[in-house]
Amino acid sequence: MTMRTKPKFVGVLSCSGEEEPEGTIARNAVRLVMEKYRPGITVSLCLPLYLAGDSGEREFAKLAPVIAVDGCEKACAKLSTEKYSGKVSGAIDIRALLREWGVDDHLSRSRPGELEWELTERVAQEIVKKIDSLIQEGELATKPEKEEAN
Amino acid sequence: MPERKVYVIPCSGIGKASASVGRQATYRVVEELLPEKADTMCLALLTLEDPGAQEKVRENWVVAIDGCAKDCARKNVEAAGKPPEIAHRVQDYMKKHKNLKPQAVLDIGEEGKKLVELISQELAEEIDVLLKGGERK
Repeated sequence: MTMRTKPKFVGVLSCSGEEEPEGTIARNAVRLVMEKYRPGITVSLCLPLYLAGDSGEREFAKLAPVIAVDGCEKACAKLSTEKYSGKVSGAIDIRALLREWGVDDHLSRSRPGELEWELTERVAQEIVKKIDSLIQEGELATKPEKEEAN
Repeated sequence: MPERKVYVIPCSGIGKASASVGRQATYRVVEELLPEKADTMCLALLTLEDPGAQEKVRENWVVAIDGCAKDCARKNVEAAGKPPEIAHRVQDYMKKHKNLKPQAVLDIGEEGKKLVELISQELAEEIDVLLKGGERK
């Protein structure tokens, strides 16, 4: 009998999104989650490394849950993960979220200001919700689970 | 037939400050220094082998700016059908200008901004040379 070891990390894959303001929000939101909201358990994956042939990124995404954070409906992060590594555990489409939140302001891709950072924080919280759901569903071996085991 | 452009494509790394520098230098070039001649595109579209993005690469001039030695931008451009006309690594500029060290991924700091300015000015000059050569063809 083989026992499946639960992953300790969740991969968060941002679309690159250099062309669109939502891409900048995606990248910065992922970074905020890594640095500020869920440090230690969040690993960022570099999407273009999939095609550049980095087996480490692909293998990680096969073994650990991955949340794809896309700036737009093209869903490059989600589709690339599914193409190279398998199904994602969660996906965010920032453009759809902005519509849902009633945001139709002009946003900057190159110089994020107060509004862009406010939206980045909100998107970061959406990512956090998905990570916390994975923890609650027992998909991740996290510190709280180890403490319970002791 | 639409006029050929120069696509400046940075890597999309979010793990290193050098990638942030590459992206900001790209925006400086395409939005402020050469807005009529240059543009950018999402590197992820090339990763996904998007036919429209691949065509843009094949039909236009391309500059790849990579944040690290993995050269994702250059390799994804090559996979789309041709090598970039110009390819640089931010790390090479950092080696040449050791006093300009970007602070962090989200905030590259003053030294990082100076590095962005230096790279973008050099790039704009290189693109101008490229375009002059291209026009003679």
